[in-house]
Amino acid sequence: MLKKKHLLGIAELEREEIEAILESAASMKDILKRDIPKVPTLRGKTVANLFFEPSTRTRTSFEIAAKRLSADVVNFSSAGSSISKGETLKDTVRNIEAMIVDAVVVRHSSEGVPHYIASFSKASVINAGDGKHEHPTQALLDVFTIKEKKGYIEGLNIAIVGDITHSRVARSDILAIKKLGGNPIVVGPPTMLPLYVEALEVETAHCIDEVIPHVDVIIMLRIQKERMKSPLFPSIREYSRLFGLNRKKLEKAKKDVLIMHPGPVNWGVELSPDIMDFERNIILEQVTNGVAVRMAVLYLLIGP
Amino acid sequence: MGAILIKGGRLIDPASGRDEVVDILIEGERVSRIAPSIEVQERMEVIDAEGKWVLPGLVDVHVHLREPGYEYKEDIESGSKAAVAGGFTTICCKANTNPVNDTGAITRYIVERAKEVGLCRIYPVGAVSKGLKGEELAEIGDMVANGAVAVSDDGRPVWNSELMRRALEYTKYFGIPVVDHCEDLALSGDGVVHEGKYSAITGLKGIPASAEEVMVARDIILARETKGRLHIDHVSTAGSVKLIEMGKDEGVCLSCEVTPHHLALTDEVIVTFDTDTKVNPPLRGEEHVLAVREALEKGIIDIIATDHAPHGAIDKDVEYTKAAFGISGLETALGVVLKLVNEGALSLKRAIEAMTIAPARIFGLDAGYVAEGGPADIVVVDPDKEWVVDPSRFYSKGKNTPFKGWKLKGKVVITICNGKLVYKNGEVVS
Repeated sequence: MLKKKHLLGIAELEREEIEAILESAASMKDILKRDIPKVPTLRGKTVANLFFEPSTRTRTSFEIAAKRLSADVVNFSSAGSSISKGETLKDTVRNIEAMIVDAVVVRHSSEGVPHYIASFSKASVINAGDGKHEHPTQALLDVFTIKEKKGYIEGLNIAIVGDITHSRVARSDILAIKKLGGNPIVVGPPTMLPLYVEALEVETAHCIDEVIPHVDVIIMLRIQKERMKSPLFPSIREYSRLFGLNRKKLEKAKKDVLIMHPGPVNWGVELSPDIMDFERNIILEQVTNGVAVRMAVLYLLIGP
Repeated sequence: MGAILIKGGRLIDPASGRDEVVDILIEGERVSRIAPSIEVQERMEVIDAEGKWVLPGLVDVHVHLREPGYEYKEDIESGSKAAVAGGFTTICCKANTNPVNDTGAITRYIVERAKEVGLCRIYPVGAVSKGLKGEELAEIGDMVANGAVAVSDDGRPVWNSELMRRALEYTKYFGIPVVDHCEDLALSGDGVVHEGKYSAITGLKGIPASAEEVMVARDIILARETKGRLHIDHVSTAGSVKLIEMGKDEGVCLSCEVTPHHLALTDEVIVTFDTDTKVNPPLRGEEHVLAVREALEKGIIDIIATDHAPHGAIDKDVEYTKAAFGISGLETALGVVLKLVNEGALSLKRAIEAMTIAPARIFGLDAGYVAEGGPADIVVVDPDKEWVVDPSRFYSKGKNTPFKGWKLKGKVVITICNGKLVYKNGEVVS
């Protein structure tokens, strides 16, 4: 079981807790395969999705996860809300909490917002992505998916390729993979690795071609639109050629290499369209597993 | 005429080099006698200072009093109370009020409000540029005539190099320093913490050391060329220290300050996302902290200044990236500095010098020393008294301190300003 009331980041989790979540997620996935994929476990509980940043996939995933467990779900998004009328974050959260909720799932562009909310919130806080800091449920579904395919994480070489500096997925993935005994390698242009990348205590490389032959899994990160016009790289064409992935580059890869991506994919930027039907592209399985993992997290935090 | 006799305290006065147990008699607004033993007379209020330190009233050249305009953060009265509770009898307040202190009228308003409050000496620092915009020079002569002792656009750098150059030239006429908050705004961008190990871990956007150093280098080059007087606000990086040392070696007319928080804290504290750790320049990595400590001890960094930046809950009880920069520092400065002294990171004499006579000299103030005939600005400190920082008990309206909960040793017990007891028994006397 989990030791804390909140899921703020992978940094706060111990290996045993991660393993407990993955084990629970496996049971949840069995539920999802049933004819009626719904159980009454969280009946009477209320989950509030507080998304201060646009998101379709993660919000929907949490919503489905909560509903599969029979919790009531309320969705809050900042557009058209009191936030746009100038209400503070604290007031917004307190008002929603005053309507009695058991868990708040938070996505926010500012790092540390889930920690801030946890400092005054009575409900369990689940981090659904805070700025460039962490996205713990994404990392949990990533390691769940890898484990499901490979059977284990221990000793696997796992490349994370792209804009590491601006990626909360990378930060959470690195922590989760390391805690489970895997070996993450971050790959990206020097402008997209943090200047003090050694703080992440992770292997680094700039050239994807040198890394490809040695890895068991390649997690490609999304290049965000707003970065495309910044001086981090000269053009999409050059980025895609140097740091993108295509079938040709994969010729040198291990035969059982897995290709993953947290979505949404920019086809033609980080991933070439010829990867769409690549047989070990498991991007959609990640999405399915996302629901199971989020069910597990909700169950372990606010379940009976 | 009132008389106060401070008996049996250890006078530490770096201006004269004195460090001895003496009696000090204050008559009116001046220190009238310092002697091994002064006989008690009935007309005298006697302060038993045995086992205590007697220091010149502390001088802080970098304070934000927020009045006029932001009285919910601080005002001249609450800021004065915080100052004397922290042992400061002379403070200089920055110009980023609303309206900005960029004309003689605002300067005079501040001076007159300070006199009405009457707890400590307050000297305004005028703006370098109109509206702190960095475009045209403010009316420096008018502000000086009304009591300004320096000019600074602090809160912002003087980003326009030509304007900085002209300010360094023009102020030579008045003999006051141009004080610059060194930050290249393009390099700091929307960064919120030091770019280093902990920005990499937290994902919080970093402000590189170079954002400060590029401007320090520019200012030193301009001061060398113009022979103007430059004072650099809140130095926080090892690179700045090297540049300043080079500048001083070349004879540039240059001084600088460091804050207690940059001496005492590394950026490791940001991992809690506590917005009270958010300050500009940001708390830096360990190598920088060690460099500024060493530079202060050696005198490359001349003085300690608090950059007292009080804020209200609406500025700080928010998301980290949205929170205001700044630390409320007047009431913790001495305790934090003495902690560094107790830990051997600084010498006591140098620490006191850097909070008294050294800043007074740079800003041309008659303060920061204890001598017969000198101003009766004195603070009595109990060096053994242990206390816990509790911001809810601050006189400052700004409760924003990363030192909350810290156990400190050494506390102000009495503050005398201009011959008047303004703080005793843990309370401001008004």
